[in-house]
Amino acid sequence: MRLLQTLLMRLAMMAITLFGAAVIVFVVIRVVPGNPIAMMLPPGASDEDIARLTAHYGLDKSIPEQFFVWLGGVLHGDFGTSISLRQPVMPLVLGRLPATLELSIFALVLAVIIGGAMALTGTRFRGGRTEAVIDVANGAGLSIPDFLWALVLILTLGVLYPVFHISGRISPSLDLPFTTQFYVFESILRLRFDLWWDLLKHMFMPALALAIPLAAIIGQLLKQSLKETMHLDYVVLARTKGYGENHVILFDALRNAVLPTLTLIGVQFTFLIGGTVIIERLFSYEGLGNMAIDAVINRDLPLIQGIVLVFALLFTVVNLVVDLTYALLNPRLRHA
Amino acid sequence: MSELSRRTVLKGTTALAVAGMIGTKAYAQGIDELVIAYNVNLPSWDPTVGLSAVNPTLQGIYQSVFDQFILQQPDLSPAPGLITEWGWNDDKSQIWMKVREGVTWHDGSPFTAEDVAWSLTRAGDEATGNPIQFIWSTIGNIKADGNMVTADVVRFEPTIFKWMYFLTGYVLPKAYYEKVGPEGFEAAPIGTGPYMVDKFERNAFVRLKANPNYWGGKPEFETVTIKFVTDAASRVAEIESGNAHVTIEMPYEEYDRLKANANIEGTSAPISDIGMIFLNDVEPMLDENVRKAAALAIDKKLIIDRLLSGYGVPIDTLQTPDYIAYDPSITVGYDPDKAMELLAASGFSPDNPVKFKIQTTRGFKPKDYEIIQAIVGLWRKVGIEAEIEVYEIAKHFELRAADTLAPAAFYNWGNSVGDPTTSTGFAMFGPSPHSVWDGEDLVGMIGPLWGEADEEKRIQGWKDVDRYIADNALVIPLMQYVQPILHSSDVQVTPHASGALLPHLMKRS
Repeated sequence: MRLLQTLLMRLAMMAITLFGAAVIVFVVIRVVPGNPIAMMLPPGASDEDIARLTAHYGLDKSIPEQFFVWLGGVLHGDFGTSISLRQPVMPLVLGRLPATLELSIFALVLAVIIGGAMALTGTRFRGGRTEAVIDVANGAGLSIPDFLWALVLILTLGVLYPVFHISGRISPSLDLPFTTQFYVFESILRLRFDLWWDLLKHMFMPALALAIPLAAIIGQLLKQSLKETMHLDYVVLARTKGYGENHVILFDALRNAVLPTLTLIGVQFTFLIGGTVIIERLFSYEGLGNMAIDAVINRDLPLIQGIVLVFALLFTVVNLVVDLTYALLNPRLRHA
Repeated sequence: MSELSRRTVLKGTTALAVAGMIGTKAYAQGIDELVIAYNVNLPSWDPTVGLSAVNPTLQGIYQSVFDQFILQQPDLSPAPGLITEWGWNDDKSQIWMKVREGVTWHDGSPFTAEDVAWSLTRAGDEATGNPIQFIWSTIGNIKADGNMVTADVVRFEPTIFKWMYFLTGYVLPKAYYEKVGPEGFEAAPIGTGPYMVDKFERNAFVRLKANPNYWGGKPEFETVTIKFVTDAASRVAEIESGNAHVTIEMPYEEYDRLKANANIEGTSAPISDIGMIFLNDVEPMLDENVRKAAALAIDKKLIIDRLLSGYGVPIDTLQTPDYIAYDPSITVGYDPDKAMELLAASGFSPDNPVKFKIQTTRGFKPKDYEIIQAIVGLWRKVGIEAEIEVYEIAKHFELRAADTLAPAAFYNWGNSVGDPTTSTGFAMFGPSPHSVWDGEDLVGMIGPLWGEADEEKRIQGWKDVDRYIADNALVIPLMQYVQPILHSSDVQVTPHASGALLPHLMKRS
């Protein structure tokens, strides 16, 4: 019951957060310099033409008036029409969201695998050269930003030894039977492993670039938690029962040590999704981030609003899921 | 340090072998599918409406699928296309066009004069949202009769036929468009061009198939994939890895480095795109000594050599040598001593410099910010202290339309039709939203040229305008850009002076 109350409270907070995000982005993109009308003026445009275009896009009204017109549309499911693409905003955004979600989830999986492996290995061989090497690797992963990792990967695995595709989401020569935009999941469901493999070869480098900094954070925090847990009484007891070190780390220490890391992963996952904006651009990956940059360059106000709102929704949902997962995994919170 | 063990070697070899098995294809041995890494996304397929219709970089893709009314050759000159002959009647109250026969649309239906008449009528209709409607509306009552199209001249526009191979000057299929509507056309566009759209993934790629019935002959490459790779470093990686056969627009240093590669060749040619500095008629630019000194203090050749690796052509007017109104006798030159003299006459010196702001983009054009930094350095030596403000291109458009640019502002200007109206005209005619110099004398000189029917007189008039602008330093033209194209040595690329990258002009080596 307490959990349900918390959930309802969080949902109400989510709605307020989304409204706040909508207001802020709506005002900010109208206040910053750069008028979309000026960008589409033909050479012979007269003052009347400028006024006509401004009115056509509703930019002749005051910002509060524009906001309420837009909000009224949103409440009826109409997020406006993209100025540059001349199509309704929401189908455009929802069409791209799956690509970004698949990339982000794949990056998260990679980060957990790499970070987890580093933490477990570092704990297993703590105090030795192996841990020192892992600490250095963690340091490099943390200090180098994802877009630089992207360039390093493009150079090494894209150019010097072209193992993976540098750009795009799937090879143009392939016939796509997909009915949804979740290509990876759908290719698995359809047992089309040729497509799945091609998607993976396109997704691997951008996902790895996104994953490395997060993997370093996971590796560092989890290792620290594990090392602290290794001195606790119940772990010592497990050792005295005769369990081996690997067993103790995996089945006794890890279960408790993983909780702080889990919270951190949730928070960092939202940053990882934010990171897709630059990474998708570098790899010409057809996701929401790539579309966001074009929208900003073209001052496509309705599209920017739609993308930001979807990103904000994504962030709040991820945070909610993390909190709920944490509550479910942590008995003290579950029974509180 | 650990020694190289047999196990390590075996592991490494296995890893390389596996990587080789899954590796992507390197340089193609005989190209079946031409892959182009393109520098911009294609937002929309309709080449006659919206923002993308006036984006010069997209015209290469449009011209692969659609034909323009009149064909433009790589040197910018017109040639018979879907319209084979054209002209005015004697009193210039009507225009006439003879339409090519035997052409079919990509769906197999015949192309007719009706398509031309409908396309012109639609272009002139304000409701369709054609950004060049102000030109197309200068003709009306457009009629097709057999293979002839005629139209009444509503307002004489000497460049009307030039616009037929310029922005939005495309012929679209009347029957098909009316049947499928704008959304249907966007989803499945057809034209009469050399390539047909096979597959389109927005922001990712477009796959084109050769049109076997193309009136200009079937293109050499059966399949062309244009990948939209907006990041320059990624485009370079695409060509270097062999994943793409052709790419454009990369840093000149990268161009020089990569064209030395045995598998890659470089093609570079000047295009109809120039760099310039707008001068606004506000203080201190109202002082002609300041303007002239600012122009004379810039060593354009040095800037091109040092910052653009020599890839550029210095210009002194808004006309490049390829344009019809280019006059080589109009020169400004580099003369810092004269610049100091002029500034001294207005009471300025390196110790007491004239101060103003110069705006520039950063990364929008090759070395734009660095060029302005160099210019500010050259100005400082003669007694001009300019403060650089970096802005986004969207802000530039906004400020220019509102006539509130800083006293000096760097910009680039494209004019792939090569006519003076679309360079000097729109850039310098005060009432135009793209001009910031509002001097009445210049407005008075340019005004009569818009409708001048005598072509020789019209061109001479524009040359006179250019001379007046140069003599009075009302704008500072800098350089004509050179477009770098990198391509596989298996492909021959014909550059187009408009800057359009046209796959149907590419051949196997």
